[in-house]
Amino acid sequence: MTAVGLPGVSTRRSSLDLVLRARELGIVLALALLVAVTAISNPRFLSGQSIRDILLGTAILAVLAVGQAVVVITRNIDLSVGSVLGLSAFTVGTLLRDHPGLPVVLALLIGAAVGGVCGAVNGVLVRYGNVPALVVTLGTLYVVRGITYFWAGGQQINADELPSGFLDFGNATLIGIPYLVLIALLVLVITAIVLRNYRVGRELYAMGSSPQAARLAGISVGRRTIGAFGVSGALAGLAGVLFAARFGTIDAAAGTGYELNVVAAVVVGGVAVFGGSGSVWGAALGALLLTTIGSALAVLEINQFWQQAIVGGLILLAIGADRLVAARVAATLKMRGSHVN
Amino acid sequence: MSTDSSVAEERSVGIPGRLANWNVAIIAVTVVVLIVAAATVQNFATSQNFGFLVLDLLPIALVALPMTLVIVTGEIDLSVASTLGLSSAVMGYLWNANQPIETIIPLCLLLGALLGAVNGFFVTVLGLPSLAVTIGTLALYRGLAFVVLGDGAVADFPAVYTDWVTGTIAGTSIPNVLIIIVVLAAVFGVILHATPIGRAVFAVGASDQAARFAGVRPGRLKFWLYVVSGLVAGLAGVLWTLRYSSARADNGAGLELAVVAAVLLGGVSIFGGKGALPGVIAGVVLLASLQNALRLSDVSNEALNVVTGVLLIVSVLAPNLANAVRSSVQRRRHRSDPLQGHRPERAQP
Repeated sequence: MTAVGLPGVSTRRSSLDLVLRARELGIVLALALLVAVTAISNPRFLSGQSIRDILLGTAILAVLAVGQAVVVITRNIDLSVGSVLGLSAFTVGTLLRDHPGLPVVLALLIGAAVGGVCGAVNGVLVRYGNVPALVVTLGTLYVVRGITYFWAGGQQINADELPSGFLDFGNATLIGIPYLVLIALLVLVITAIVLRNYRVGRELYAMGSSPQAARLAGISVGRRTIGAFGVSGALAGLAGVLFAARFGTIDAAAGTGYELNVVAAVVVGGVAVFGGSGSVWGAALGALLLTTIGSALAVLEINQFWQQAIVGGLILLAIGADRLVAARVAATLKMRGSHVN
Repeated sequence: MSTDSSVAEERSVGIPGRLANWNVAIIAVTVVVLIVAAATVQNFATSQNFGFLVLDLLPIALVALPMTLVIVTGEIDLSVASTLGLSSAVMGYLWNANQPIETIIPLCLLLGALLGAVNGFFVTVLGLPSLAVTIGTLALYRGLAFVVLGDGAVADFPAVYTDWVTGTIAGTSIPNVLIIIVVLAAVFGVILHATPIGRAVFAVGASDQAARFAGVRPGRLKFWLYVVSGLVAGLAGVLWTLRYSSARADNGAGLELAVVAAVLLGGVSIFGGKGALPGVIAGVVLLASLQNALRLSDVSNEALNVVTGVLLIVSVLAPNLANAVRSSVQRRRHRSDPLQGHRPERAQP
């Protein structure tokens, strides 16, 4: 809402890099502490099965978080990802039930395409309708979910209706690493490289830092905005297929409320809500931290209901900490005599 | 999220006139919807359904009032539905602990105000973006509601209170709760449109900095608006619990969408600085009666959300599109009529 932010900070690459590295290091430390405490109180936490569950859960959340990070970097937000995940999961589930011979790769592509279309609609509304992303995606959150309910009614797709090849894909591993995790890593690495080293990626950061300056610099802000939402939608669609493969049971409610976890992962991962800073690595680490917290609560036999409260608390903590760091960076820059603002 | 150049442009063009247009339009649409629903939907225009309609729009209407003021200042509060839920959960918890209802209700209102103050603290004292803060507290308050009450329900609230909430004024078919809505709407309407506080709200929304130079303290104003928003959401939680005689942690989940949709439908600009309360009331009535009519026509609750979602997007899209069309028409006229540019009202860019 308030488009204040701290313009100028993100142009100082070196100080920003330092902050970000410290930021991601902070998450890693928190993660290590959490794992250590939980493992000491209950060694079962470090069993192969437990770690596998955490990684599989992280894979789905991380794919969503990477897409969300791309959008948040441009100073927008995509609240519709949970609903898009649901629509994609149900579409792919129905297709696989009716055409068991469908190759897994095709299923992944179809899911991504369904999501990509939803994302593009978001992008077009934000760009050409001149409507804030918050309002558009809050609206499409309910519209897409409603469409899924309309279509699915009360029906549910069960694991025994899905082809075994698809379910195997959800559980199988390649050299000990589950396919879902490999896909998430692939998405993460490609997005990270594009954002870091390619012109398109830098343009997204520029837009987030200052939309006006980006436009004056000749960046086609409209096309990039639609592109960012398209990526977020496509990744949410992809996550829908991963969701279907992992759980095997899909109904119209699949992925309800995921948007909160995704936004939390991104914000906890150090992607500033004013746009222009942060990395998909941080977002993925945020996803890992949130998933690990969920598992740790179960292992420590703490009331599961605390999970959502902790997610909320972490969001507040993360944005509060980021503001303090940003203020400190700004103060340092000012002391060096450079003009912030 | 960002204030676009075109938006800034929109702001400088005859605001009061167009806002009045939008208010008239939304009230007209509401009246048309009510007439069409009464004519085509069976059981819509009955006194019993009127009671249900008022009870349905009660939480949306109450929470929309402070939300209007918050959005006019250019901020947002997405945590209202969770505040409602936590207020309801605490009410159930205290009732289970055998506390008298007369102490529970004030405590829940106080809790609401406190939760609002937490939002206000993060937004105004720490200067964090209200969108991110209230998404955080949306999760936090709902999570705490589940921590307090789990996924069970508490019932058996005293009949005197539940009957009053669902009852009507003696001898008429006017629901009792309509009194609360009318009184609060009047209070908020007067505050927004006829007091210095209201003018400060508009000033802060138009330009934080300019308001500051004019002697308004934007931080303090916004803080108290969040407190009031929480207080009213707490009240809505109490009334929700009494209406269904059931305190649950998931009460009111997702209500923030309907509230934001109603407020924006009522012509309040999401960018702040513009809006009027009569339009918001019309927006609430429009939304609730549409949902009520569709529900009577056997449309499922989930499908109703499609309607709310579309209305939300359209309410923000329509003024922008109308504006774009108008400016393109003006440009064309300008080209064909060279005198246009010399008229005084066109002198301002």
